[in-house]
Amino acid sequence: MFEGGIELARIGVFVCWCGTNIAGTVNVEEVAKTALEMPGVVYAKDYQYMCSEIGQNLVKNAIKEQKLDRVVIASCSPRMHEATFRKAATVAGLNPYLVEIANIREHCSWIHKNKEEGTEKAIALVRAAVAKATLNTELTSGEIDVEHRALVIGGGIAGLQTALDIADAGYKVDVIEKTPSIGGKMAQIDKTFPTLDCSACILTPKMVDASAHPNINLYTYSEVEKVSGYVGNFEVTIKQKARSVNMEKCTGCGVCTEKCPSRKTKSEFDEGLRTRGAIYKPFQQAVPNVPVIDRNACIKFNTGKCGLCEKVCTAGAIEFSQEDTKITQKYGAIVVATGYDIINLDNFGEYSYADSPDVITSLEFERLTNAAGPTAGKFVRPSDHKKPKKVVFIQCVGSRDKSCRGKSYCSKFCCMYTAKHAMLIRDKYPDIEVSVFYIDVRTPGKNFDEFQRRAVEEYGVNYIRGMVGKVFPDGDKLQVHGVDTLSGDTIKIDADMVVLAAATQAKDDAEELGRKLSISTDTNNFFTEAHPKLRPVETHSAGIYLSGACQGPKDIPETVAQASAAAAKAIILLSKSKLVNNPCVSGVNEAICSGCLECTKMCPYEAISAKTLEIKDHGKVIPKVVAEVNEALCQGCGGCTVTCRPGAIDLKGFSNRQILAEVDAICH
Amino acid sequence: MSLESKEDAMVNKDEFKPLIVAFCCNWCSYAGADLAGTSRLNYPANVRIIRVPCSCRVNPNFVLHAFQRGADGVVIAGCHPGDCHYSTGNYYTRRRFTLFSNLLDYIGIEKDRFKVDWISAAEANKFATVMNDVLEKVHKLGPNRKLRDARWKR
Repeated sequence: MFEGGIELARIGVFVCWCGTNIAGTVNVEEVAKTALEMPGVVYAKDYQYMCSEIGQNLVKNAIKEQKLDRVVIASCSPRMHEATFRKAATVAGLNPYLVEIANIREHCSWIHKNKEEGTEKAIALVRAAVAKATLNTELTSGEIDVEHRALVIGGGIAGLQTALDIADAGYKVDVIEKTPSIGGKMAQIDKTFPTLDCSACILTPKMVDASAHPNINLYTYSEVEKVSGYVGNFEVTIKQKARSVNMEKCTGCGVCTEKCPSRKTKSEFDEGLRTRGAIYKPFQQAVPNVPVIDRNACIKFNTGKCGLCEKVCTAGAIEFSQEDTKITQKYGAIVVATGYDIINLDNFGEYSYADSPDVITSLEFERLTNAAGPTAGKFVRPSDHKKPKKVVFIQCVGSRDKSCRGKSYCSKFCCMYTAKHAMLIRDKYPDIEVSVFYIDVRTPGKNFDEFQRRAVEEYGVNYIRGMVGKVFPDGDKLQVHGVDTLSGDTIKIDADMVVLAAATQAKDDAEELGRKLSISTDTNNFFTEAHPKLRPVETHSAGIYLSGACQGPKDIPETVAQASAAAAKAIILLSKSKLVNNPCVSGVNEAICSGCLECTKMCPYEAISAKTLEIKDHGKVIPKVVAEVNEALCQGCGGCTVTCRPGAIDLKGFSNRQILAEVDAICH
Repeated sequence: MSLESKEDAMVNKDEFKPLIVAFCCNWCSYAGADLAGTSRLNYPANVRIIRVPCSCRVNPNFVLHAFQRGADGVVIAGCHPGDCHYSTGNYYTRRRFTLFSNLLDYIGIEKDRFKVDWISAAEANKFATVMNDVLEKVHKLGPNRKLRDARWKR
C-alpha cells in the first residue's frame, strides 16, 4: 500500500454528469480526459448518474480491475453522497477514507453559466481532490459505547409522541417540560381540523399514557441547564425549578388552588383571559396533577404572611423551603421538541389589539370556545360578555410580511384554523355573520381544501381577498376597514369581534438552547435539519433530532408524523450496542512534540492530555512530556493543529500536507 | 460600481482573472456554499473552495501558502460566533486572524485581499455576496505580487 511517496498511487477519477445538472455547464468528457493527465491518475471515466447502482458498480469494478488504491468522485457535494461512495469503496475492498469527493455540482455547475469557465473550475476542483487523495491514508473507526436512554426536550404533542414511541421500543426516556404540565399548545386548542374532533379528547389520553409509562420519566417545571458529550454519550444537567409542592405527598385535591387569596395573575394557559391563583394548576387535566406556587405572585413569598395553602393542605404537601435542584444524567440520544410561539402584536397597532379586549388572537379564540375555557365554551365578547353579531377574521397578521415587524414565511396552519373557527361559529350560531380577510388561502393536505370549501359553501363564511388597513374601536363596535382586491371595493365592517391569525415564531430561547446543544438555527431561529429533503428530522450534530414545530411551523398531523420519525431515528441509535466514531481525529507525533501542551488548552472537548514517556537521551533514560489525544473524545475540529508550534499534532483526513496540496492544486 | 462600468472593467482587464481561495468550514459555510448552488445563485468561477472541518483548522500558514502560490485573495468562512459546531472553534479563528491580518498588512498584502467572515448554512445569499464583494475588491487591486513564488506558474 502506498504511504507517502514510496510507491506511486493508482487513482481512479469518476466524473458524474448528474443528468444535465453537471453536464449542462461542465464538459464532463474533458474533465475526465484532463484528469488522466494528473499525477497518480491511472483511470478516468464519466457516467450519467454515478450514484446509481450502475454508477456505483462502475466504481467498484474499476477498483478491482484497475487495482485502484485511491478514488476521486467528481459529483455533487460530499455532504450529499460522500457516505454513498465510501460505502461502495468499502464493498470493493478499499478503505472508505481513500475516497475523495470533488464538488463540481453545488460549487461549480449550478453556480456558473459559462461552460468554458465551468469546465476549467471543475478541472481545478478535481485536481485538488486528486492532490488530496494522493495523501489520504487508511483510517479505521474506533468504537464507542451507547447510553441506552433518550432525552426529549419539550412535553407538547411532538415531545410526547416521540417519547411514547421510544419508550414503546423498550428504551428509557426522560421528558423535560418547562411549564408545570405537559400538553403544550395542543392542550389549549378546542377542536382540531379537518375532522373537528376535540383536541383534549385525543391529547389527554396520550398525556396520561406518558405519565404512566414505565419507561418514561417526566421532569416538568424543568429546563436544560448544560449539555456536554457527544452522540451516544451526552451528559445533560437538568434544572428542576422549585415547585414548592411535594410531588409525592400531593393528592391533587385542588383545595389550595381554590383558597389562594392572590388572584391577580393572568393565566398563561388561558392566554390571559382569566386569572389564576399564586398556587395553581395550569389546567384541570394537567399532568402531573400537582399544583405549583408562582413565587412572584405568592403573598407568602413576597410578604412572609399568608401560608393559607399550607394550612388547608391535608396531605402536608406544601413546602415553601424547596429549592431548585439539578440532576445530571447520561443520554444516548436527544430529541428537541420545543415547539413554537405566536408573535407579539405590539408592533401591529393598526389592528388595535392592545387597545380593545375584543380584538383577540386565534389562540385566545380557542380558549373562548373551549368548554373548559374561561367562558365555559360560551362564545361571548371578552369586554361585555355579550354574544357578538359580526366577527371578522384577519389572516396573515405578521406572516408573509417582509417588514421587520413580521415574518417573511407562511405560518402554514392559519388558513386551516381560521376556516375551522369560522365554521365552528357558523355551526353553533348561524345568526352570527363571519368574514375572513385573506391574502391567499393555502390548504394543501389531506381533506384540507374540502374543509375550507365547506366553510364557504355550506357554512356561508364570507371570504374577502385583501388585507385590512385599520381596525379601531367605535363605541362598543369595532370598525374594520379593508379592501377587496378582487373587486377593488373598499370594505367597511362594523364588527363586534376581530380575530387575528398571528404569525408563528420560534421560541424565544431557541437560539440559546441551540447553542447549548451545538445545533444550528436558521435566520428565523427555527432549528435547522441536516438536509431539507433527505434528513428532515436529524440535525448536523449526530445523535440530536428534531421533532415538531421547533423546526418550522407545522400542524398537528405533520408534527405527529415528524415526532414518530424522530423517535425512529433515535431508536436506530439506541438499538446499537456500539457506535463507530469519526476516525478523522487528531494524532500526535511524539518524536517532535515539545510538550508545551498549548493544544490541551484549546481543545473544547478536553480530549488532549499530557503523557510522560521515558526516552533515552545521551545514554540516560529521562522523562519526556508529550501530548496525547483521546480518540473517543476528539471530534476532529483540528483547532489544536494550529496551536502546535513544532507541527507535531495533525488532523487525520485533513492533514497539513493534504490541505497544502489542495492549495497548490487549486492555484495550479 | 454601476453595472456598465463593472462590465467595462471586466473587458479591460480581460487578462486578469483573480483567483480566490476560500476555506470553508464543513458545518456552516461549506453548507452555505452548497445552498448557494442549490439556489442557483451566481458568483464568479474564480472562487475555489477548500473544505475544512472547522474554520479553526485553518493555519495562517495555509493563507500565506495560498498567496505564495498565486492566489489573489483568500477568504476564511466559518459559523457565526456562538454557533460553532465544535462550540468554540470560531472564537479561535476570530482571534488568530485578527492578529494575522495585521501581519498581512505589514508585509504589504492589501487588507481587501483577505477576509474572515461568518456564513451560516442558511446564508446562501450572504455566501454569494461575500464572494462577489471580495472578488470585486481584488479585481480593483489587480494581481497579487507580494509573496508570490517566482518558480510557481499559475
